[in-house]
Amino acid sequence: MAMTIHVDIVSAEGAIHSGQATMVYATAELGEVGIAPRHTAFISRLKPGDVRVENEQGEQEHFYVSGGMLEVQPHVVTVLADTAIRARDLDEAAALDAKRRAEEALAGHTAQFEYAKAQAELAEAIAQLRAIEKLRKMKG
Amino acid sequence: MAGAKEIRTKIASIKSTQKITGAMQMVAASKMRKAQDRMAASKPYSEKMLQVISHLARATPEYRHSFMAVERPHKRVGYIVVSSDRGLCGGLNSNLFRRLVIDIKEKRAAGAEPAFCTIGSKALGFFKRFGGDVKAQVTNLGDKPHIEDLIGPVKVMLDAFEAKELDAIYVASNEFVNTMTQRPMIRQLVPIVGEEQSAMPYHWDYIYEPDARTVLDALLTRYIESLVYQAVVENGACEQASRMVAMKSASDNAGDLIGELQLVYNKARQAAITQEISEIVSGAAAV
Repeated sequence: MAMTIHVDIVSAEGAIHSGQATMVYATAELGEVGIAPRHTAFISRLKPGDVRVENEQGEQEHFYVSGGMLEVQPHVVTVLADTAIRARDLDEAAALDAKRRAEEALAGHTAQFEYAKAQAELAEAIAQLRAIEKLRKMKG
Repeated sequence: MAGAKEIRTKIASIKSTQKITGAMQMVAASKMRKAQDRMAASKPYSEKMLQVISHLARATPEYRHSFMAVERPHKRVGYIVVSSDRGLCGGLNSNLFRRLVIDIKEKRAAGAEPAFCTIGSKALGFFKRFGGDVKAQVTNLGDKPHIEDLIGPVKVMLDAFEAKELDAIYVASNEFVNTMTQRPMIRQLVPIVGEEQSAMPYHWDYIYEPDARTVLDALLTRYIESLVYQAVVENGACEQASRMVAMKSASDNAGDLIGELQLVYNKARQAAITQEISEIVSGAAAV
């Protein structure tokens, strides 16, 4: 039996995933990280992007997180997600729509505050799209 | 027969009111169950966060975030008041406001001025009448509150705390004891309480990315947001439970009223019949 590590993905609005994994990948603040079982204690902020959990059967599950925290202890990985919904449930049209809306808001930016908000929205929409593309590639 | 007819329409109107309260009771019962589930679902997140925060606080004793700083004398205190958006839920909101007013009085006597952040339209309406320094507000969260809606108002209060405009922030909301009991509570939010400084059995530390301070800052804000979110969700469950109980007693009262009116109606009808008969008999006797 392969070595495994327990993975919990929780958000403020509820638990999203809990189970064993052989490998966990996430987009950390300073780049993508891969966490294997018995990884040393590690903590980082997460950028918007997807979290991949590889289980014992070698299947990968994708979760989209729009930021959060990643906490690693030798036998437990905890993702404290800001808002995470299952990646395959993501609506590509909605992401495109959000991107378009954000771009429109950027085009006629007036106040500093609105500009920053739209920029953040844009970054998130792009990350969502990227997660969907990855999923497509895997299936196709 | 005029009296009897009036009573009959009255009974009909009470019956239709009873139907409405009965429906509201059932809706509240089903919403309450969902709200309770949401309450349970939000717990693991903040528990995990508290674990990490207390570890970080012990691992990096040289850095104390202002949210964890020692208490300073209270000159201005902030309240985040969580209320429902809709009425017809018994004394839920008014009990909370009463508890709050008592607390404010105590704080004022101790020389601290209050400032408020309201969640839900009932609290906003209360402070419109009551007066008070309302710094932020959010209404119409619906049955499924989202943390995104709360980030803004919470940030307003936390910024005020960091700018030393507030010396402490409290959350006033209802605590869900059980379906029949909801208790108004005022809990301290910042400075963070309940994080124990127990000694570590052996020393270990995280690898931080980018550094401990950034991580701790991000965690603390999220932790506080999640506490407020929990208060909102819990208050939502209280609202539904309280509405369910209020609507049940309203339906029961309507039933009692109908019973009494029915009795009066029967008497009136009987009196009218008796009167008619005696009129006919006396008429026949006269012929």
